[in-house]
Amino acid sequence: MDALLSLVHGFGVLADPMNILYMFLGIFLGVLIGVLPGLGGANGVAILLPLTFSMSPVSGIIMLSSIYWGALFGGAITSILFNIPGEPWSVATTFDGYPMAQKGRAGEALATAFTGSFFGAFVATLLLTFLAPVIARFALQFGPAEFFAVYLLTFCSFVGMGRESPFKVIAAMMLGFALAAVGIDTVTGQLRMTFGSTELLRGFDFLVAVIGLFGVGEILLTMEEGLAFKGKSAKISPRVVLQVWKELPKYWLTAIRSAIVGCWMGITPGGATPASFMSYGLAKRFSRNGKRFGSGELEGVLAPETAAHAAGTSALLPMLTLGIPGSPTAAVLLGGLLIWGLQPGPLLFVEQRDFVWGLIASIYLSNVAGLIVVLSTVPFFAAILRIPFSIIAPVILVICAVGAYTVHNALMDISVMLVFGVIGYVFKKLSYPLAPLVLALVLGDMAESSFRQAMLLSQGNMSIFWANPLVGTIVTLALAMLFWPVLSAAMDRLRSPARSREAALPAK
Amino acid sequence: MAHQADRSEHTVSKRVMDLVVAGVFMALATLIMWDNWRIGARWEDDGPGAGYFPFRIGAIMFVVSAITFVLKLRDRTVEDGPFVERTQLRSVMQVLIPTVVFVISIGFLGIYVASAIFIAFFMAWLGKYPAAKIAPIAILVPLALFLMFEVWFLVPLPKGPLEAALGY
Amino acid sequence: MARFRLLGRALACAGLAAAVGFGSARAAQAAWAPSKTVEFIVPAGTGGGADQMARVLQGIIQKHSLMSQALVVINKAGGAGAEGFLDVKGSARNPHKIIITLSNLFTTPLATGVPFKWEDMTPVAMLALDEFVLWVNAKAPYKTAKDFVDAAKAGAANEFKMGGTGSKQEDQIITAAIEQATGTKFTYIPYKGGGDVAAQLVGGHVTASVNNPIEAVAQWRAGELKPLCVFDGKRIPLTEKVTDTMSWGDIPTCKESGLDIEYLMLRGIFMGPGATPEQVAFYVDLFKRVRETPEWKDFMAKGAFNTTFMADTEYKTWLGKAAETHRALMEKAGFLAK
Repeated sequence: MDALLSLVHGFGVLADPMNILYMFLGIFLGVLIGVLPGLGGANGVAILLPLTFSMSPVSGIIMLSSIYWGALFGGAITSILFNIPGEPWSVATTFDGYPMAQKGRAGEALATAFTGSFFGAFVATLLLTFLAPVIARFALQFGPAEFFAVYLLTFCSFVGMGRESPFKVIAAMMLGFALAAVGIDTVTGQLRMTFGSTELLRGFDFLVAVIGLFGVGEILLTMEEGLAFKGKSAKISPRVVLQVWKELPKYWLTAIRSAIVGCWMGITPGGATPASFMSYGLAKRFSRNGKRFGSGELEGVLAPETAAHAAGTSALLPMLTLGIPGSPTAAVLLGGLLIWGLQPGPLLFVEQRDFVWGLIASIYLSNVAGLIVVLSTVPFFAAILRIPFSIIAPVILVICAVGAYTVHNALMDISVMLVFGVIGYVFKKLSYPLAPLVLALVLGDMAESSFRQAMLLSQGNMSIFWANPLVGTIVTLALAMLFWPVLSAAMDRLRSPARSREAALPAK
Repeated sequence: MAHQADRSEHTVSKRVMDLVVAGVFMALATLIMWDNWRIGARWEDDGPGAGYFPFRIGAIMFVVSAITFVLKLRDRTVEDGPFVERTQLRSVMQVLIPTVVFVISIGFLGIYVASAIFIAFFMAWLGKYPAAKIAPIAILVPLALFLMFEVWFLVPLPKGPLEAALGY
Repeated sequence: MARFRLLGRALACAGLAAAVGFGSARAAQAAWAPSKTVEFIVPAGTGGGADQMARVLQGIIQKHSLMSQALVVINKAGGAGAEGFLDVKGSARNPHKIIITLSNLFTTPLATGVPFKWEDMTPVAMLALDEFVLWVNAKAPYKTAKDFVDAAKAGAANEFKMGGTGSKQEDQIITAAIEQATGTKFTYIPYKGGGDVAAQLVGGHVTASVNNPIEAVAQWRAGELKPLCVFDGKRIPLTEKVTDTMSWGDIPTCKESGLDIEYLMLRGIFMGPGATPEQVAFYVDLFKRVRETPEWKDFMAKGAFNTTFMADTEYKTWLGKAAETHRALMEKAGFLAK
């Protein structure tokens, strides 16, 4: 019950009205940052870090972490409304969130995303409160081989969706991997596929590609059908939240599974983006509605959002207890701790009781506050869909351009985004799936470098991937995940060859 | 990247477009394989070299795209609609061309001025709105972005002569 | 109220409230002053050591109103920082852009062949030098650097695994120098960041690391890692206890332990080519005043930085020498771009 007492103490620290004020300010800024594509949580926190310089460490971290929670909540908004992921971890949210919006169910999708996020954060915070030291040790067991296994598992639990031509699926996936490899090779320091161009040095950022493929591509597709968004008929009523809450308990299993995936990925630290993909893949595979995923399923919004927020929150755990950041944003927060004169690591819980428990208490409170803030904006955001296309389309394109620029402060990235927009349009028309491309782009780099780090460790011996029970289990699980759908799909196809023509696009 | 050139030809069939895209994929794959072979695509003593994976990625991309190419070449039986209808293409171009101009002009005018012009043009051309409705949106959106990025978040976005004249 | 203060500061920084006149004390000292927002380029990603330092500088300059215009940090990490350096190199006579460097100023062009060198830019000042410490897991049997070196010599080639940040950069250069000094072959494993490396060392996935003090101090204090020696000519002059028994000053130099290697990483400031002496003088003066602030001193002590400050010819001479040292070290290690 030690933890409970400490938590009560933490709430005492929070009682300062100033801290509450900072919390709301942080949430508000965070949602804004989350909504703007490109300006991610890590950038947002880094940008505002110097502002907290003159605050007390407790107030500083409360405000910065609130920005982070706000960004985690806010990323879903543009994913659902315009198919533009505001944050990398809300890419998977577009798969079902956007189709829901197109069917006029934007309000429900938003309410589901926010509630799922809240649930994920809540589970992760409980973990942080009661099990932090125990679980921190677990994170230390992860070396390069284990990291590779985790990326492999993410990949394997996600691929095999959709019914497009397998050759096109593979081609799209390979394109993603190839784009991920452009730029400097982290293992040898060599330049790859830059062809002497300065602009290619930075490689292709996942977010720039996604803003183009999904956001701009979608606007071009929409244009074919005339000047309108399909979601125009969205019903807007505050009661939509209550309706969703009535429906959500049905999906308790998905919610819990996603929260577990998220916590695991946040701690190990795989990060929120792989967590959201893995959780979506697992939900699709194990849900009774799995076949309908991609066409606007509530569960398909719930799964990635719950996992992303759980991962984002639990990423603080290794940061606080070990001083290793579980996500880019946590890395920036870690820098913040040092700036405020705090030393993250195992002693932080002992030496800085006020700080740690004030922070943990603030996570509870700020997620409640965040939920209230974002839920109350649902009608407002859903109303955006009613703005005539010829007004909202240029504004969206402008925001996409700003977003693409802010990722790396590079003018060239805006053009890259536009090219990706055209590619996205052509690919959708020719049934090249976008999801595998995007997943390969986000995981390719990390998977390759952890694989090669593992190979360096073992001097080129593949047995390192079965060297201990932990890595062996994950790799085996991954392979099982990979082959199971291949087999079931093959059987499916044998039974009814006609169905392969339906080509249910995952990202449409 | 190469798709843009093909777009000027109106209403190509889906099959031709498929062939073109598969061809582009194959060309790209060749480029990928070439560059990665150059930097070392072999398995070194201590694991894969820098070009090991990308080279194989290029190879797989080439093979699957070649298969798609051949399949499409031989497959004449399937009903083959146009890739895009002429009227559809026109509406797509109505957005795409102004956007291209917008993106190019960012480099010269800065993002704020370019955005204002782009929004105003779009609203006037496609929405046929009166100037009284256009002006507030075309001015307020870039202004809001300016306040948010330059003032609040201290993130400089591309600026042009106007901002320079105002001292930014 | 707090919110107003916050926004107020942001406004002041953006120059809208420049008339408030925070910087009046400065006017007498330098003939030139920035007339618009100054961009502070970081040739590394968010959250790393250089980024941290840049944001501390930004915070200090804001808090103490050392500059009437805002300072904004911009990360340009592409191509191991090449993107940032090329940007500054291409910004001739733009006094509103400065860059903070780390060792990649020297290593990136050598390792990748991207065309830039320190002479392409205008040196402003050296802010500090980052120390490197040889760390091992606390459970490891080595008590001194000598034990470690002896064990490495006795072991098989590639048996010892050195974790480090990046490839063909400072950590790997030090590793190569150790290899040359001892005649043993280490396996070098490149990771993304110093925090990762420290955690991997705690988890026992690598044998040793050459983390900067700030990257591993938490694990040291928790009794998970132990320092063997510091790669500097003399001990770190900080005697305040960091753990129960040791201070930074108690760590012997590697030279004392028979491993004659010195390596310090530059944390310096540059401007684009063609900056006038007045412009340089403004920034030198600015950073001199930053150094006087308690926050900076605290930050330097926390990270056990070597607080050497240099400007003008002294700085240029140092840079020339450092560039030569890097070339020699990297040439010997075979890290030069083909």
